[in-house]
Amino acid sequence: MSVDYPRYLRNDKLPLYWCPGCGNGIVLKALIGAIDELHWEKNDIVMVSGIGCAARGSGYVDFHTLHTLHGRAVPAATAIKMCHPSMHVIVFSGDGDMLAIGGNHFIHACRRNIDITMVVVNNWIYGMTGGQYSPTTPPGSKASTMPQGNIDSNFDVVELARGAGATFVARGSVADPISLKNYLRKGLEHKGISVIDALSTCHTQWGGRNQLGDPVQLVEHIRNITVNRSNAGALSPEELQGKMITGIFHQDLEKKEYAQAYYELSRPVEQTAVV
Amino acid sequence: MADVQIMNGNQLIVEAALLAGCRFYAGYPITPSSEIPELLARRMPEVGGIFMQLEDEIASIIAAAAASYAGYKSMTASSGPGISLKQEGIGMACMMELPLVIVDVMRGGPSTGLPTRASQSDYMQARWGTHGDHMIIAVAPGTLLECYTQTIRAFNMAERYRTPVIILSDATLAHLSSGVTLPPPDTLEIVDRRQPTVEPENYRPYEISATNPVPPLPNRENFPRYRFHMTGLNKDATGFPTENATTVLADENRMINKIMDATADIESFEHYQLEDAQVAVIAYGSNANAARVAIKEARAQGLKVGMFRPITVWPFPFQQVMELGRKFKHIIVSEMNLGQMIHEVQRALQGRSELHCVLQAAGTPIRPQQILQKIREVSA
Repeated sequence: MSVDYPRYLRNDKLPLYWCPGCGNGIVLKALIGAIDELHWEKNDIVMVSGIGCAARGSGYVDFHTLHTLHGRAVPAATAIKMCHPSMHVIVFSGDGDMLAIGGNHFIHACRRNIDITMVVVNNWIYGMTGGQYSPTTPPGSKASTMPQGNIDSNFDVVELARGAGATFVARGSVADPISLKNYLRKGLEHKGISVIDALSTCHTQWGGRNQLGDPVQLVEHIRNITVNRSNAGALSPEELQGKMITGIFHQDLEKKEYAQAYYELSRPVEQTAVV
Repeated sequence: MADVQIMNGNQLIVEAALLAGCRFYAGYPITPSSEIPELLARRMPEVGGIFMQLEDEIASIIAAAAASYAGYKSMTASSGPGISLKQEGIGMACMMELPLVIVDVMRGGPSTGLPTRASQSDYMQARWGTHGDHMIIAVAPGTLLECYTQTIRAFNMAERYRTPVIILSDATLAHLSSGVTLPPPDTLEIVDRRQPTVEPENYRPYEISATNPVPPLPNRENFPRYRFHMTGLNKDATGFPTENATTVLADENRMINKIMDATADIESFEHYQLEDAQVAVIAYGSNANAARVAIKEARAQGLKVGMFRPITVWPFPFQQVMELGRKFKHIIVSEMNLGQMIHEVQRALQGRSELHCVLQAAGTPIRPQQILQKIREVSA
C-alpha cells in the first residue's frame, strides 16, 4: 500500500530547502515510510534536530518538532523522552552536528540507553556551511578546509555507537532506500537507544570537489562502496577493502531502558497533581 | 505554628523550586552548587518529577530548556564556569521564549578561579553572557529566606513572561545554615504558564493578543495535543524561521519589551534606613549583609547612612538609582568583584552624585569594617 506522505508533512513549507538531488529527502522519505508502517499517531511523535542541512528536516514534518542548537538535539530529545515517556522521540541531524560538536551527547545517549532513535544523516561533509570536512569525511577526499585531501581519520558510526553501548545499531544508505526504511522501522520499534547511520549524498559540497558532482553518479558511488552484511561474508578481505557494510549490526534486548529505569525508582510518596 | 527549618541556601532553593512546581532538573556537578542536584536526586522521585545528571553543562541547559518546551517547569543550576558553558543554551531559551530557572551559585573567576569561595563576579555574565540582543531577568537573594521566596518568584516570572530567569546566589548563601521561618505555602502565589484557548490546529506558539505580549505555551498536560515547531532561528508567530526584516525587528523588540514594560511587577528592592540618610550604600546579595552591619555601626557613631539593595538585579533598577542620584551627594557601591554593577549605577546617576566603591575579588567576603571605613571617609 502506498504511503500518504502529505499526511505527515507540513505541506505549506514545501518545496524542501535542500538542493535538488540531495540525499536528505530520501532519508526523510524512508523515515516517514517507516513511521507509516508503524501506524503511529502524529501527536505521539517528537522530532528533534540540531543545526545543518539535515537538521532542517524537523521543519517539514507534522509532528512535535524542536530545532535546537548546533550539536544539541540529543540532550533535548533525552529530556523530552523523560518528560513524556510514552511518546516516540526521534533525532534527525547530520554527521557534523551529531558526531563533532554533538559527539559527547551522542556517545552518552548510547551509554544511557534511553529510548530515542538517532538518525545520523551522514553525507561526510558540512553542507550548509560550505563543504568543510566532518568527522566522517573519508581520508583523502577533498573538503573546503582540506583542499589537499583529508588527512584526518574518520569515525565509523556503527563501531562508535556499538562501542559506546548502543542497543540497536544499523547502517543503510540512500542507494537502497527500502532497506534503509526497514532499518529505520526496526530502530524506531526498538525499546532503547537506536542509531541508524544513514549514508546520504551531498553532490553540492562533497561530490563536486571529489569528481562526483552529479547526484545520480554520487548515489551510484554509494551503491558501489556499500555491501550488505548478508553478502559481505562471501567477499575476500581484498574485495571488502574500502567498502562500507550496511545492515543491522547489533540489537540488545536485555539492557534496561533508561526512562523505564528512572520511573521504576521514582515512587512518588503521594501522586502529585499535574502542574 | 511557624514552620522553622534549619537549612542552607542551596536547600532552600531546592524546596522552593519544588513548591513552585518544578518537576524537571538537569545538571552537572560543580562547586558550590552541588547540594542542589544531590538534594533533587532524592526529592524529585518523591514528587513524581525528573532528575537527571547529564554528561556536561551544555547538555543540562539544553535538557532543561527542552523539558520546558515539553510543558514542564524546569531548572538547572551551576556556577561561573558552568554558566559560561550554558550561555548559548540560555540564548536559545530566550529566543524560543521558554520559561526556565537557572541557578548560578557564584564563585570567583575567570576560569577555574576560586571554586569554593564566594564572589559576585557573574553579575555581568548573567546579563550579557549569551550573544545577541536579548533581555534577561536575574534576582539576587540577600538572605536565606530570600533564597526561598526569590526562587518561587523566579519560577513565577519565568512562567508569566516565558523567559529564562537567573538566580544569582553565591557560595556564602549556599553554605550558610540557619533557622528560617518559611512562609505558609498557601500564602505564596504560584504562577503557571498561560494555556492556549484555541484548538490545537490553530495554535501558533508566538501569536500574541492585543493585551498581552507573552504568548500562551502548552503545559505538561496539554503538550501532547499541541503540535508546533520551535527553532533558535529568528521566527515569526508560527514558530518557523523568517528573515523578513520587519518581522524580525518586531519580534526582537517584543521579546525585550515584554520584560521592560513589566518592571513594575519584575522590579524588587529594599530601602534600608534611607529616609534620613545623607550617604547611600548600594549593595546586593550576601554582600548586602556586610553593608547592613556597617550601616548599623555607622549609625551608632552618628553617621546617617542607608542602603538601596536591588533584589531583582536585571533589568537594572535604573529609575530607582537615578532618583538616588537626585537625593544623595555621595553613593557607595559595594560588590564582591572588581566593578560590575557600578557601571550601571554610574550610568543611572548621570554624574549627579559622587560615586565611591568598596570592591573586592579575593575569594573572601567584604568585611563590614571595609564598608564602614568608606562610609566614614565619605561622611568626613
